[in-house]
Amino acid sequence: MTEKLPGSIDETVNHLTSGKYVADRSLATALYLALKLGRPLFLEGEAGVGKTEIAKVLSETLGRRLIRLQCYEGLDVASAVYEWNYSRQMIDIRIAEAAGQQDRQAIEKSIFSEEFLIKRPLLQALEADPSGEPPVLLIDELDRTDEPFEAFLLEVLSDFQVTIPEIGTITAEKPPIVIITSNRTREIHDAIKRRCFYYWVDYPDAKRELDILSVKCPEAPEEMSQQIVAFVQRLRERDLFKLPGVAETIDWTNALLQLDRIDLDPQTVNDTLGTLLKYQDDIEKIKGSEAANILEQVKADIASR
Amino acid sequence: MTSKGVQQPGNGDQKLPPGLALLEKLEGNKLVPNIMHFGRVLRAAGLPVGPGKILDAVSATQAVGIESRRDFYWSLHAVFVNRRDQHEIFDQAFHIFWRDPHLLERMLGLVMPFMGDEEEAPPPEPPSRRVAEAMSSGDEPEKPEEEKDPEIDVEATLTASANELLQKMDFEDMSAEELAKAKALISRMRLPIQDIPIRRFKRSNHPAKVDMRGTLRAALRSGAAVIPLQYRTRKTRTPPLVILCDISGSMGRYTRMVLHFMHAITNDRDRVHTFLFGTRLTNVTRHLRQKDIDIALDSCIDAVEDWSGGTRIGECLRDFNQFWSRRVLGQGAMMILISDGLDRDAGRGLSKEMERLHKSCRRLIWLNPLLRFEGFEPKSQGIKAILPHVDEFRQVHNLESLTQLVEALNRQMVRRQEEMTQWREAM
Repeated sequence: MTEKLPGSIDETVNHLTSGKYVADRSLATALYLALKLGRPLFLEGEAGVGKTEIAKVLSETLGRRLIRLQCYEGLDVASAVYEWNYSRQMIDIRIAEAAGQQDRQAIEKSIFSEEFLIKRPLLQALEADPSGEPPVLLIDELDRTDEPFEAFLLEVLSDFQVTIPEIGTITAEKPPIVIITSNRTREIHDAIKRRCFYYWVDYPDAKRELDILSVKCPEAPEEMSQQIVAFVQRLRERDLFKLPGVAETIDWTNALLQLDRIDLDPQTVNDTLGTLLKYQDDIEKIKGSEAANILEQVKADIASR
Repeated sequence: MTSKGVQQPGNGDQKLPPGLALLEKLEGNKLVPNIMHFGRVLRAAGLPVGPGKILDAVSATQAVGIESRRDFYWSLHAVFVNRRDQHEIFDQAFHIFWRDPHLLERMLGLVMPFMGDEEEAPPPEPPSRRVAEAMSSGDEPEKPEEEKDPEIDVEATLTASANELLQKMDFEDMSAEELAKAKALISRMRLPIQDIPIRRFKRSNHPAKVDMRGTLRAALRSGAAVIPLQYRTRKTRTPPLVILCDISGSMGRYTRMVLHFMHAITNDRDRVHTFLFGTRLTNVTRHLRQKDIDIALDSCIDAVEDWSGGTRIGECLRDFNQFWSRRVLGQGAMMILISDGLDRDAGRGLSKEMERLHKSCRRLIWLNPLLRFEGFEPKSQGIKAILPHVDEFRQVHNLESLTQLVEALNRQMVRRQEEMTQWREAM
């Protein structure tokens, strides 16, 4: 049930909405361009603002396979692109030997064929789905890997091809939809970014965050959602080491729902602060009187509306 | 250059690239040249915009259309902006450029004087200060590093503030002989920070891990009769290094020497980031990467605006923690803090920031010139706040101490930790 690619920005917005992703029109524009022109989309932003989610939603709404490459330092070709199935190759050599086969080149050719290739995400992404459509490739947290791997990605991302010395160059018939995310723990080289459409995913404003909550946690009472959003928005104005992202807002709402709360009170906020803030310093700073202050302001604001 | 055809739009015999020609048909004669001009304006403003990007922008516009100004804005944004900090410049340039093309032409006249011959360019009125500044910085093509990294430009304009002590540091008073000697010695210095194993492998002759791929290839080479084992071992790599250097008044006598030292290290290895701080934090990595030390130091002096002022260590470390630590301390970075620990804010808030800093890096080494005094005791507030959070405490007041530093880092880890315990007990 593969869907067609969206034909306009409006359709892109609808697509994302149908996948329960409340997107800014600016993000939809960048995404639409990436889909339309067959280029990777490079998403940068703080943790928990929904970068990875976009790829998931895309694969879901388009009915495409999602191939995820989680990056880490020292990620190498063997775990990102391909590896030979050594044990099978060994056995094959032994069998050839037992059969008395002498032709070295024939053995070499047979054991370095696609049959013995273990395909890792990047190589898998060059293959079309059974339906004939290319998959969605998510290269997650590219900033975690190192420069040599980044350089390797250049070939993959610009020509959608991979060179395997023993076999040759494998090229994608149709380029996959590529989403790259980065948390900016270091700058990604311009050469990569040049090949992509770039978008900085920012924290949402209050209105959009409320929309997100109503989609993601529909069972939360309207009033509490408003309080939650206003509280989080105010937290983001504070001088904290790690500001809460949208993911944290959703987590918090779910936590409050699990505790059967329909209204925020200082005690509950203190008890559940750990779902919002992830650094002890930040929690210490906000816990207690500060949290109560913010809550008071929030409630006053909502009452005066 | 792609833009040749656009400088004289009336010139019919110049052929446009296919992508452009297509849109040319669609949109009449104006839009494509305008996008091209816009790209040039952005390039002049320091964004890395090449001909390829301009073509991309045209196809993006083609895909999105120009019915909605907002969509047009974000499609150009997706193409031209590469980093978050470029957004501001793009935004201003976009609004000026696409509102009043006349203003734009005048600004182009500013940036590209060779175009001004064709049109009578009235004296340009400065638009928004930021964009104008960014643009005027672009008309010196002989400085290629500005195009490579717009970040520095942006920062310089962002941090300007009138009410701080703005002094240019005097590099003159070191005698030529002294300077030459120091230069020669320092430029030969290498920091023997231990390499760390990474998750990549290289061939090895020592039986450790079996390299299956190599083994199989070797087996085939010998006709698959015997299988000679090949081995591999982990590669090692120098960890990233971040240097934070105090340039306040009390450090004045050492700053120059330390800068030479920082320059030597920066050019010795990759992944070095350097910051200077007094009352505010400045990233001087780009400047120190200049091979020629004199050019490097000159551009450092230009970039920094708080030479020899007071020190707000806590404040600056807070800035570093907030804005840079997550960007430069990834991948197990080593950190060197060069400061005398004398803090104008008497160590307020410093301890917390030091703790955060210590927790975000692999090792934190503190170099302190005050340590050379006999009977130095870690009693000042600032020093007391810093000392519990460093892994090494070393002196840095002359060439000899720098050499000792190199030796000390080479020594066994255990002995170094013993020394550190002594300092903490003295507090």
